[in-house]
Amino acid sequence: MPVKKSSATALLQLRYLAHARSGDKGDTANVGLIALEPAFYPILVREVTRVRVARHFRGMVKAVERFELPNLSALNFLLHGALDGGGTLSLKTDAQGKVYSTALLRMEVPVPTALARRLRAAGPP
Amino acid sequence: MPRKVAPRAGAGQKVVRIAAGQGFWGDWPEAPVRQVRGGPIDYLMMDYLAEVTMSIMQKQKGRDPRMGYARDFPQVMERILPDIAARGIRVTSNAGGVNPRGCADAVLDAARRLGLGGRIRVGLVTGDDILDRLDELIGRGHEMRDMDTGRPLSDIRDRVLSANAYIGMAPIVKALDGGADVVVTGRVTDTGLTLGPLVHEFGWSAENWDLIAAGTVAGHIIECGAQCSGGNLLRDWRKVKGMEDPGFPIVEASADGTFVVTKHAGTGGVVNVPSVTEQLVYEMGDPHTYITPDGTADFTSIRLAPAGRDRVRVSGIAGGPRTPMLKVSIAYFYGYKAVGTLVYSWPDAYEKAREADRILRARLAGLGLEFEQILTEYVGANATHGLLAGPPDPDAPEVQLRIGVRGADRPAVERFTREIAPLVLTGPPSVTGFAGGRPQVEEIVAYWPALIDRREIEPHVRVEILEA
Repeated sequence: MPVKKSSATALLQLRYLAHARSGDKGDTANVGLIALEPAFYPILVREVTRVRVARHFRGMVKAVERFELPNLSALNFLLHGALDGGGTLSLKTDAQGKVYSTALLRMEVPVPTALARRLRAAGPP
Repeated sequence: MPRKVAPRAGAGQKVVRIAAGQGFWGDWPEAPVRQVRGGPIDYLMMDYLAEVTMSIMQKQKGRDPRMGYARDFPQVMERILPDIAARGIRVTSNAGGVNPRGCADAVLDAARRLGLGGRIRVGLVTGDDILDRLDELIGRGHEMRDMDTGRPLSDIRDRVLSANAYIGMAPIVKALDGGADVVVTGRVTDTGLTLGPLVHEFGWSAENWDLIAAGTVAGHIIECGAQCSGGNLLRDWRKVKGMEDPGFPIVEASADGTFVVTKHAGTGGVVNVPSVTEQLVYEMGDPHTYITPDGTADFTSIRLAPAGRDRVRVSGIAGGPRTPMLKVSIAYFYGYKAVGTLVYSWPDAYEKAREADRILRARLAGLGLEFEQILTEYVGANATHGLLAGPPDPDAPEVQLRIGVRGADRPAVERFTREIAPLVLTGPPSVTGFAGGRPQVEEIVAYWPALIDRREIEPHVRVEILEA
């Protein structure tokens, strides 16, 4: 479904726009963020920037990298220093970063008001 | 014994079916059995090794030199060897861990018990284990610096417990070419277990980088078992049905490097573009260069398309040359840790748990106990999402206090484990959930990722064909 451009925007949680999976490599967690519809991918590219993700995870991660996979309508984020040492060292419940995925889906991004209204009315997927 | 000819689909197009039977050491024990009996497959691929698995196996081998491999593997093989022998299915697995020879022997013993002597050949792959070569390698200038911290291995040499190079598909191909029915390896990459059979079947050149990348991506998609076929699937998770009998994934590969991901008919779960996509991004680094010992794969080239019910077609995969270095997985003794928990109930559950944490920390300090780290989490409030979870619900029905310590001093960690239960009678009220007793002190075996010149490893890799 095409997303119309509009000056009026509203904040919408990423869970309405994307699904995600995360994993670990040492002390780095990765989050793959996948658009629920290909039309949402440009919104993810534009709004879910490296800087905003770093701000979202402030106090939880040390540095963020972002990669684009337009073929999968997905972004990949590397969250460095996210796992309290990682692997067997970490004392965290989520020592392997399995649920950083849903933590990213809490982030709010600006989208056209009409789109936000439609997706909220349909309920989270 | 004559080999079964791989089934054909369409106009003379050979298709090779590789089924995933295990996504990690401890995965569902029924999966390999159902993969073998639930429909046509040519290969069963069983991945057992994760970053920390080798060190656990090394610990077990330290206690008993006959151990050090995934014992579940010969057990499950004992259940399915008759099917495999009857149907010409072949198995690839890295279940050998730090004792592939012991693992291979256990499979051969199982075959003999089943009366399959003379009918089962096991391909044994060794040479990844460099524990006994470390001093020689360091002496000749191989620093094996930690890829994350840059420290040289010599810093922790005296605490190293295991050291294995990640090796690729080549020895698996050799074992299959030599007639092995079951290939048992140590630290062969997860993806090599799938790529090896494809190179063997299709005669792909080891330097046709696009095909090598295609087989690698196929391996990546199925190496975590049902995690690509409905397990742990976030998108529309409520619509994933039948997970009481989850269908583990199967790759149907063609000689041109394209393949279909599917599962046996009648099983639960789902194979669709979202389920495969979630697995593709799992544990991903730079998607342009997914590095394996066999080559690099460009995940931005992968095309996914629906191809019928529970079928996803994968194509377009581009790859690049292998790198001159191999990754080495080194495990070393780090120290000790322990984690204790208590549950506080409504009302004021979070506040009570906070107060208990304050009291406990003050007691630890009062005892002069020092730790590298003390970490407190409040399960039910913010253990998984931290600050992002927002302020804790003052009306929460319960909150679990979860407090862990890590340190080099075992007595200090031991003493910590004796400070949890006393809080029940000497701290905030309405506390429960301590029936499990005192927390266990755990030895921490840490992971040291490094690189080594592949020319130091490959000449040492050996393949033996053993007969039952």
